[in-house]
Amino acid sequence: MFAFLLRRIGLIIPTFIGVTIAAFAFVRVLPGDPVLLMAGERGVTPERHAALMKQFGFDRPIYEQYFDYFFSALQGDLGSSLVTKKPVWDEFFTLFPATLELSICAIIFAVFIGVPAGIYAATRRGSWPDQTIMGTALVGYSMPIFWWGLLLIILFSGILGWTPVSGRISLLYFFKPVTGFMLIDSLLSGQKGAFSSAVSHLILPTIVLGTIPLAVVARQTRSAMLEVLSEDYVRTARAKGMSPMRVVGVHALRNAMIPVITTIGLQVGVLLAGAILTETIFSWPGIGKWMVDSIFRRDYPSVQGGLLMIAVIVMTVNLIVDLLYGLVNPRIRHVR
Amino acid sequence: MSDQAIEVATDTRATGLRATLQEFWHYFSENRGAVIGMWFFIGVCMVALLADLIAPHGATTQYRDALLTPPVWQEGGDWRFLLGTDAVGRDMLSRLIHGSRYSLFVGCIVVVGAMAVGVTVGLIAGFVGGTVDTLIMRLMDIILSFPSLLLALVLVAILGPSLTNAMIAIAIVQQPHYVRLTRAAVLGERNKDYVTAARVAGVRPLRLMFHTILPNCMAPLIVQAALSFSTAILDAAALGFLGMGAQPPTPEWGTMLAEAREFILRAWWVVTLPGLAILLTVLAINLMGDGLRDALDPKLKRS
Repeated sequence: MFAFLLRRIGLIIPTFIGVTIAAFAFVRVLPGDPVLLMAGERGVTPERHAALMKQFGFDRPIYEQYFDYFFSALQGDLGSSLVTKKPVWDEFFTLFPATLELSICAIIFAVFIGVPAGIYAATRRGSWPDQTIMGTALVGYSMPIFWWGLLLIILFSGILGWTPVSGRISLLYFFKPVTGFMLIDSLLSGQKGAFSSAVSHLILPTIVLGTIPLAVVARQTRSAMLEVLSEDYVRTARAKGMSPMRVVGVHALRNAMIPVITTIGLQVGVLLAGAILTETIFSWPGIGKWMVDSIFRRDYPSVQGGLLMIAVIVMTVNLIVDLLYGLVNPRIRHVR
Repeated sequence: MSDQAIEVATDTRATGLRATLQEFWHYFSENRGAVIGMWFFIGVCMVALLADLIAPHGATTQYRDALLTPPVWQEGGDWRFLLGTDAVGRDMLSRLIHGSRYSLFVGCIVVVGAMAVGVTVGLIAGFVGGTVDTLIMRLMDIILSFPSLLLALVLVAILGPSLTNAMIAIAIVQQPHYVRLTRAAVLGERNKDYVTAARVAGVRPLRLMFHTILPNCMAPLIVQAALSFSTAILDAAALGFLGMGAQPPTPEWGTMLAEAREFILRAWWVVTLPGLAILLTVLAINLMGDGLRDALDPKLKRS
């Protein structure tokens, strides 16, 4: 197991270095002079221009600039936003809890509906409930989620008036963030109605962000379950006279969950990409919306830092999933 | 010694392209959803091809006397505009018909581009191996570390927002999947007897890669092509929606949705219809993809 761990971590280092090069290069290949971009329409005098070039280190060879960037990134210094002048690292971590809260809720939504639906479909293979569930899952999988969000807003906010349209909590409530998770903070604040306001703001974004993972989880659960149900040990358990509930729920489920857990882990990239759209539609103050805004404002340090951080998150989660997979499934450790 | 006839066991199954296609169709048509999806997709293709003939109005013609007209079956509908008009009086039906061209075009270009590059690079990685393989696969890992839509968004921001650049960005984001699939298939085939035989017979590396090995790796690639066709349509629409894809007044479905956002509570049809068009097209392709997988995956085949 230790050798597997080392090998897997050894693989991630070149990828990490590559990601920093990519994030660094993206901004460098942009046309235009970085100082002129920062100065905006006011412009700068030639002397001031040269001084700024020197201050930011743009006059030095490109590889020196890269090494500088790399080592400051390792220490958590990603530069400052051109718009707010605050450190990108701080901005990222103020907004990240909002995205994390939304993503966790979306995953819970996907798993708690997707896994039972997939199991039910697998045990009734070919029946009309199976076909309905799988048909619905395929529709969910094909869904343009930005449109799905707009539809839900029309129905639940426009026609029924049940849920608010944007933000994380009603403006009536204000309290200092403690954990950054609105659900927990609103409870801690002790203000009446704050928690239900936070919940009602969270429902629609959760459904929108969770739709594609839900479809993927349901499909994956069904196919993993079908595969396990045809194994010999399941037949043995049945032959011994075990109740169908116990065979499916205990014996089969444990092995069927291995590929499903991997699938859930691999949804992180999907969730972060989905967060870009979901947060834009619901004006959710997380990193997805922040990235889009930064791109439109041409706030390059933020785009660069955000790209790097998001890639690191995806890589870390994939690493954890791989390690967990090696832990629950010993066969994988010894392959190559 | 009696002259007993020795019966030679022969495989009587037909061979050749025709038989392959027949076998394929046999398995494909068992999946009802796949067949429906295929007919719907053919329908969308016809609409896209004949857009100029069947669209009742021009895609950008404005009727100033009919702004935000609801569809005909609603009160205030106008028979000139079957599905109503948008905020500047353009016919929704005509715009949707013309929009199908952009979505299918994006899908085709992205799949062809990503596949051509991805398959070639994957063949090289799997066939050459060693340092080249490691380098290529690490590069693909780097691309895959970024969520695809985010990477496409940043690439488009660098290249400048337009439909062409959106297609380039989406193709770049998708080709690692082809590289990985091709490489895995090549590694599985490389040491089989028929490849060794061809090598011993003096077949050159290029021919060995593209002519001997590649045809036997096609099944997963075809399924992936269907999948990435639908993803490409979704991503292009998402980029259009964020203002980074096709630019107004192009009747691209995602761009139409972005323009319609402010009328969301006043005129449901300008928001609902373009999204429905995206959903149905993508759904049809995914249905077809499932059927292709069932028909081409030898593991599931009961011969």
